[in-house]
Amino acid sequence: MAVELDVELVSPEEVTYSGSAEMVIVRTVEEGDIAFQAGHVAFLGVLAPWSVDVLRAGGERDSFAVHRGFVEVGHNKVTILSDVSEAAGEIDIARAEQARDRAAESLKADSEDAAAAAALERAELRLRVAAS
Amino acid sequence: MPGGKERELRRRIGSIQSTKKITRAMELIAATRVVKAMQRANAARPYARLITSVIEDLAAGGAEVDHPLLRQAPEVRNVGFIIITGDRGLAGAYNTSVIRTAERQVMAHVAEGKGYSLCCVGRKSASYFRFRNYRIDHAVSGFSDNPSYDDARRIAETVSESFLTEAVDQVELVYTEFVSMGTQRVVVRRFLPLVDTEQMAQEGSGTGREGSFEFEPSPEAVLEALLPRYTEARLYGALLDAAASEHASRQRAMKAATDNAEELITKLSRAMNQARQDAITTEIMEIVGGAEALSGDTADVTDIDVALASMLAGTDASAPAAAGAPPA
Repeated sequence: MAVELDVELVSPEEVTYSGSAEMVIVRTVEEGDIAFQAGHVAFLGVLAPWSVDVLRAGGERDSFAVHRGFVEVGHNKVTILSDVSEAAGEIDIARAEQARDRAAESLKADSEDAAAAAALERAELRLRVAAS
Repeated sequence: MPGGKERELRRRIGSIQSTKKITRAMELIAATRVVKAMQRANAARPYARLITSVIEDLAAGGAEVDHPLLRQAPEVRNVGFIIITGDRGLAGAYNTSVIRTAERQVMAHVAEGKGYSLCCVGRKSASYFRFRNYRIDHAVSGFSDNPSYDDARRIAETVSESFLTEAVDQVELVYTEFVSMGTQRVVVRRFLPLVDTEQMAQEGSGTGREGSFEFEPSPEAVLEALLPRYTEARLYGALLDAAASEHASRQRAMKAATDNAEELITKLSRAMNQARQDAITTEIMEIVGGAEALSGDTADVTDIDVALASMLAGTDASAPAAAGAPPA
């Protein structure tokens, strides 16, 4: 059996998730998705607003919507630092849908609205993570 | 009026007793809150530690950036202050000692001919400085006993912005550091500009991880994204420390108040008992005097003695007889 990775998702207020996994998939700001397995070289990256997938042994999978953060990898340990993240199970789908519709509305009225664009992106990310 | 003093004392004891109930309740509430606040401070530690360790890794990776948050002004003209106090009083010297330290700092900088800018966190500091006609640029309150990360982010954003627009060249953070349950001390820390990465790394615990990192996109870009988070995490840590300190101070102050109330009650009860005794003695003297005057020379001295003895014993003269009688 493969060596497992220790995974920790840390928010400023608490350690939100900690466990072991076979693979962790994240997306960094520049070069797209990157997956980590045990033995990965030390790595430090800035995360894009995207999902973080933790694949556990046995095919189980935990997903998180991470809106902003960093990933640090070293010594078979993946640490994700994020001040805005949600586990898939915690996402309120109805609320995210509402937020998406509202943001889409205001974006239609003013296509330059950066706040609305960001809100739309966040809501879509939430929905995607919740659906997966 | 006979018994007037006694009634007066009884009323005072009553009022002190209800005050004591309140202070005792506040003490207990503060005691549970201080535990919660400590737990929150501990829960926040991993993030702060990790963010410092990331900076260490960056320093090891040789990241050197010219980030605006690291701007060292050649000449400091305006100094910003973040003053963290509580929203409520009744916490002993907690608020006043922070305010006094902050005011002294401001005075010192003004004496050197520098300008100042205040960011008051908590209602107490805002009202103090407003009353004394200091110029307050930002005031936030309403969360001093239970700060959230969002609060920290809001404050850090406003302060960083005034630093970035060069409205201030330096920012000091005045708050109460929570050392232990028994010790909290007011500290003044440099908030901005940030010291360089190597110094930051030294401040950290030093996990001592070596080896070359891969950075994505680049060490500089990571650091750039990291520095704002680092300021937020530091401010959040300060807010949590201040909250724990506030609760600890309040608990101590309320414990002292409760103890004082107890002492006062004992003292007043003694005074009241004495007053009551005095009143009884006076009354007896009056009765004896009256009886003596009425009976004149024919009075049987032993009768008065018996009456007096029974009165002092607090029983009716016929009581012993009734008690001796067989039950009906």
